[in-house]
Amino acid sequence: MSAAPQALADLKVVEFGGYAAGPHIGKMLGNFGATVVHVESHTHPDGFRLEYPPFKDGIPGVNRGGCFAFFNDSKYGVTVNVKEPDGLAQARQLIDWADIVIENMRPGVMARIGLGYDEVRQTNPELVMLSTCNMGQSGPRAHTPGFGSQLSSLAGFCGATGEADGPPMLLYGPYIDFIASLMGCSAALAAFDQRRRTGEGTWIDISQYECGLHFIASALLAYHRDGTIAERDGNRDPEAAPHGAYQCRDGCWIALSCWSDDEFSALAETLGSPHLAGDPRFATIESRRSNTQALEEILADTLRERDVTVIAGELQRAEVAAYPVNTIGDLFTDPQLDARKTWRRRKHVEIGEQSYLMPAFDLSATPGDICHAAPLLGGDNDKVFGEFLK
Amino acid sequence: MLGCYKVLDLSGRLGWLAGRILADLGAEVIKIEMPGAALDDAEWRALNFNKSLVQLDTANRINKSLIERMFATADVLIETASPGDPADDWLDPKCTLALNPRLIHVSITPFGRQGPRAGWRGSDLEIMAAGGAMSLAGDPDGAPLRVSIPQASSWAGAHAATGALVALSHRSAGGQGQHVDVSAQASVVAGLAHAPTFFDILGETPSRAGSKITGRSVHGAVYRAFWPCKDGYINFVIYGGPAGRRTNKALVSWMGEKGLELGPLGEIDWDTFDPKLATQDDVDRIEAPLRAFFNTVSKSEFLDGACSREMLGYPVSTVADIAADPQLQARGFWRDLTNPDGSKERHCGSFYIADGSRPQFQKPADEAA
Repeated sequence: MSAAPQALADLKVVEFGGYAAGPHIGKMLGNFGATVVHVESHTHPDGFRLEYPPFKDGIPGVNRGGCFAFFNDSKYGVTVNVKEPDGLAQARQLIDWADIVIENMRPGVMARIGLGYDEVRQTNPELVMLSTCNMGQSGPRAHTPGFGSQLSSLAGFCGATGEADGPPMLLYGPYIDFIASLMGCSAALAAFDQRRRTGEGTWIDISQYECGLHFIASALLAYHRDGTIAERDGNRDPEAAPHGAYQCRDGCWIALSCWSDDEFSALAETLGSPHLAGDPRFATIESRRSNTQALEEILADTLRERDVTVIAGELQRAEVAAYPVNTIGDLFTDPQLDARKTWRRRKHVEIGEQSYLMPAFDLSATPGDICHAAPLLGGDNDKVFGEFLK
Repeated sequence: MLGCYKVLDLSGRLGWLAGRILADLGAEVIKIEMPGAALDDAEWRALNFNKSLVQLDTANRINKSLIERMFATADVLIETASPGDPADDWLDPKCTLALNPRLIHVSITPFGRQGPRAGWRGSDLEIMAAGGAMSLAGDPDGAPLRVSIPQASSWAGAHAATGALVALSHRSAGGQGQHVDVSAQASVVAGLAHAPTFFDILGETPSRAGSKITGRSVHGAVYRAFWPCKDGYINFVIYGGPAGRRTNKALVSWMGEKGLELGPLGEIDWDTFDPKLATQDDVDRIEAPLRAFFNTVSKSEFLDGACSREMLGYPVSTVADIAADPQLQARGFWRDLTNPDGSKERHCGSFYIADGSRPQFQKPADEAA
């Protein structure tokens, strides 16, 4: 555990559920010192433990999953069988101990097993419970099951990604889950703050779908104003030109954009083609937008001869926005992410050394940490039931 | 829930969502804007509603002093000043925290306020590139892509709100204020799901797979995600696990009802089928009969049918589809506001429901903007 002061050191959290949307909330709270207990059972371990690679050495195993570990660092792991009376009693004990319960079951499941908010508040009236699911707890499709990777389609993200004349594109994983987990984390902390002041508990109902819509709120408002439908348009932008990604000599890509004629002049100068700024086809934003194809071809030909890191630095010195398109591997060597200690390696009993991701906010007085690697299935039963609940 | 807190929002685009989230959670958020700012812009209005508006030229020394006096009574300050810009020296956290040690000072910048590239320029495109998101979107043979509706500032704003509340929680427990330094680049990394783990554990680099889904098979098989339907596309993937098994069985049954040819789908024991063990040949054989099925349904037919059969899968929606979604209507998601000129605006409502009701906006339209 970190020796630094922790912002949430007095906060106790219990999680029921699995995959990303619920556990990512507890992980962030754990990173800032909350005591977080992740509840599973031997018959129903978290789906990320066995259903999703990568596994250590490519061999599946309940404690070998890097995916599960990635979203569950800084937590304690317990197993409870809520289908047995003793297990249900243990779950109630945990909830009575907790300040915040996070659950991402389908709506009604917690109530069906006797752990719904109305039931558990009888013995823990100050409890903050956060329920997060695809559609929220109510509405005609409340009980629809769903994964975030597909919900990202329903919420408009995939349809807004891709070339204008091509199919929609995936955003790799359950993109929208992490929007909802961030916003849910804010709601849980706000409810906990209110409880600290008033002694009142709260039940927060998070629809991952609705949270995601806040990330396209301007496109929705534009549609409601005048019927404008936001369409996928490659990397083009309605204001900037050029605005795109170009492959460099080393096979890497660079993203760059010019938001003014001065920036385009600086780009042209840096690329050794100052005449482009005076070319009537490219002299103004409007003309560059009218001659996008020609400009794109010139930039592609020019940048194909450049090294991505070198040209990114040169463009930044010329005050042009530019950055290498980081691959997933590049993220581990990016000097800026490194300076912020974005990745922190911790040793997991079966997986070994693994890099965990710190949240993107640094706190000056209570900096937070990856407190420890993810738990084994039921690995902290003795500690949690023998010490925390004693 | 945060009704006792005052937030000063001096931010540009990178910070607007942070203030909106805190406003939705009940805080009094005062948005300070330069005179002449484009307040009618859809992006500005969507993310600055529910805040009070004060228009002040912050380059003016007197106005700066006025705002600095507001720091004394504020709980949270959100700003997006450029690191190293002398014009923004007055927003240095050392200065603001000296004026009010209980202040939660939230800085949001493209790359964070510290580090070798802290001063680099980045718009949505470069931040999505720097955060790794573009490397995962687009056709393998084409360019890496961003989402055409800008996302980086929303990732930064959502992280900033959470960071502010972690710091506020520390203060509520007896601590002091502090500086919260948010990097938009690092914020984007959160949206990559578990992709970094493949590189970290196995040395594999997930990359853009177009409209296919990767990372689900130990043999590296990719699954189709988007299927053309009558009026657009459906996102449907052959999954495993309890929900996947239920979905696969329901789909076969639905295809049978339509009298469609099942081919290899009819021979699979879904109770034992495990997508993570499938090879690409297995996947190609299984997926072949699905195309004919999706050609027979519209987006709304699929959504209704999948819902009633408790299947996984969703249509690829446009903003028009979302605006007409009965699920959002039923939950009272939209907030209709009347502007001073009588025009109507429909906004996304608060992002959560507390104890069964969705919080109302605190500021009616004519006060807010």
